Amino acid sequence: MAKGRVEFKEDICKGCELCTTVCPVDIIFMDKTRINKKGYHPATVVEMDKCIGCANCAMVCPDLVITVERF
Amino acid sequence: MSKILMKGNEAIGAAAIQAGCRYFFGYPITPQSELPEYMARELPKVGGVYLQAESEVAAINMVYGAAGSGARVMTSSSSPGMSLKQEGISYIAGAELPCLIVNIMRGGPGLGSIQPSQTDYFQATRGGGNGDYRLVVYAPSDVQEMVDLIIEGFDVADQYRNPVMIAGDGMIGQMMEPVEFKTPVRRELAEKDWATTGTNGERERNIINSLYINPEDLEQHNIRLQAKYDLIKQNEVKVESYNIEDAELVIAAYGTTARIAKTAIAKLEEEGYKIGLIRPITLWPYPYDEFKKINPNCKAVLTAEMNTGQMIDDVKIAVEGKYPVHFYGRTGGMSPTPEEFIENIKKILGGEK
Amino acid sequence: MAVIFERTKGLTEVETHYCPGCTHGIIHRLVGEAMVELGILDNAIGVAPVGCSVFAYEYFNCDMHEAAHGRAPAVATGIKRVHPDNFVFTYQGDGDLASIGTAEIVHAAHRGEKISTIFVNNAIYGMTGGQMAPTTLIGQKTTTSPQGRTVEHSGMPIRMSELLATIDGAKFVERVAVNTPGNIRKAKRAIIEAFKVQLEGKGFGIVEVLSTCPTNWGMTAPESMKWLADNMIPYYPLGNFRRPEEAE
Repeated sequence: MAKGRVEFKEDICKGCELCTTVCPVDIIFMDKTRINKKGYHPATVVEMDKCIGCANCAMVCPDLVITVERF
Repeated sequence: MSKILMKGNEAIGAAAIQAGCRYFFGYPITPQSELPEYMARELPKVGGVYLQAESEVAAINMVYGAAGSGARVMTSSSSPGMSLKQEGISYIAGAELPCLIVNIMRGGPGLGSIQPSQTDYFQATRGGGNGDYRLVVYAPSDVQEMVDLIIEGFDVADQYRNPVMIAGDGMIGQMMEPVEFKTPVRRELAEKDWATTGTNGERERNIINSLYINPEDLEQHNIRLQAKYDLIKQNEVKVESYNIEDAELVIAAYGTTARIAKTAIAKLEEEGYKIGLIRPITLWPYPYDEFKKINPNCKAVLTAEMNTGQMIDDVKIAVEGKYPVHFYGRTGGMSPTPEEFIENIKKILGGEK
Repeated sequence: MAVIFERTKGLTEVETHYCPGCTHGIIHRLVGEAMVELGILDNAIGVAPVGCSVFAYEYFNCDMHEAAHGRAPAVATGIKRVHPDNFVFTYQGDGDLASIGTAEIVHAAHRGEKISTIFVNNAIYGMTGGQMAPTTLIGQKTTTSPQGRTVEHSGMPIRMSELLATIDGAKFVERVAVNTPGNIRKAKRAIIEAFKVQLEGKGFGIVEVLSTCPTNWGMTAPESMKWLADNMIPYYPLGNFRRPEEAE
């Protein structure tokens, strides 16, 4: 059972990848199949059920792309 | 209100306090240090703040902060110190902030001397900082006039949201004269709702700024500034002229030099000469139109300054080639004497009457 | 289900112009969150001078002044002296504070101005395209130290926190970094503590924040975080240099 959930405001992501380096369960990756409004591959999560809601990703995001919820 | 004998520099402080100025940021420099000293004594008595900054650069930026926060604020310095303030003044003009800047001019260039001069005319009227900006520049020729101009100057600064400069010199700053502090006739002034006071959650954010990274925006901003300057040119020119309608020669001089010229004119009148005077009180906006009133068959205009010739450019603009424009000046801190003017005028007019 | 992290009200909705991965964004967030949590956002007046953060007046959600390069502490002094009950802060880069504005920061501290300074040290001039700063490390290549900075040519990098900690008026001086979630949490605590020093009227407070510049360092954002840890932290040790209790 997932402990948390993250939401990416994809269109303001600058594709810097910092969030992908701090996720303890390693579920964040850059979506190479899409480009956002700014022309970057946005960060995203697919295996949301593994999220523990630690907010590390949101902590290091310079552009406040990520909102974190915890159950 | 009875007259009291006061040194020019101190009278500036008293006038500023009378005008409601409660903040002074300055730095010691001869020949204006009596002003910060006066403010250090007097401002705390009226709940004001005197602060000696670490440099003139810091002082003018403190003025930027205080003015942007809605306060009546001033600074003062003397020529080399005024050079240090030029960037800050450009920012203040660009951000459209009201303040009073007093320059008690001394001999230059460089460290120069500490005696009086008028060598910062170009700096004051052509903009010593970057960009198309203007200061309202008042040139008092005695302490009472300086007091009155300061009191009015704070209103002008607020009305137009623009820096106002008092261009004095070491003589006016250092000499003592009887002055009175008339309660000022207040102008209609708008609320400073643009000032940074904290939004208190009740209004949009206020931003004090002179940066416009898009050239289109900066051009529009400059067009608005120029419209303001045009308004100032229409409304705020001050000039005193004497006997120019039928003068054979007109002297153009301001501040201390104009006072000396008046003595020369009086003496020459006793010898039958008809000499006129145009004394700009606002160096900017310059009273160009006043020169149109000069007697058409006037023989010459003599520009007299305590420098090597700066206002002469504006005199030439004003007369539009109608009269020959001569120059007489002393510089380096030297002051001209009436006799020097008399001798010079007689030479121009072709010897003794 | 509770939202435990969301965009702070301390910042406006404007998307910042900072380069991808530049940690200015993180530091802005910490300052915004600190002002909201301390309940001072509506009372705050900030000053951002020239540098990458010159547009900060569009980002911090409070009254702002844009100041000339190096002069923010003087502008802030003017503001605080007029509005002693407002919270006044400056947000400055290393080119701004440690180079052209050294006199202003030293004297704001020397006077004990009751303002707070966030000093972003990324060891380079970012906005103007990567020139050497007084904080550039020895051997670090920049557009104006192409062979790498040398001591003989331009001295050792300047440690502003240690320097300012010798000034009595500087009641709070701490150096932090924002290269890891853990360091970011500590940085926020330091910023809040520095702001409280102002709110309690004790005097001047400064937080030096080691920050990255991926574009001008010529690295990716993740590499920059590592470079900061491996190179900047050893020369600019993290920690507190002064807090009020010691000063009393």
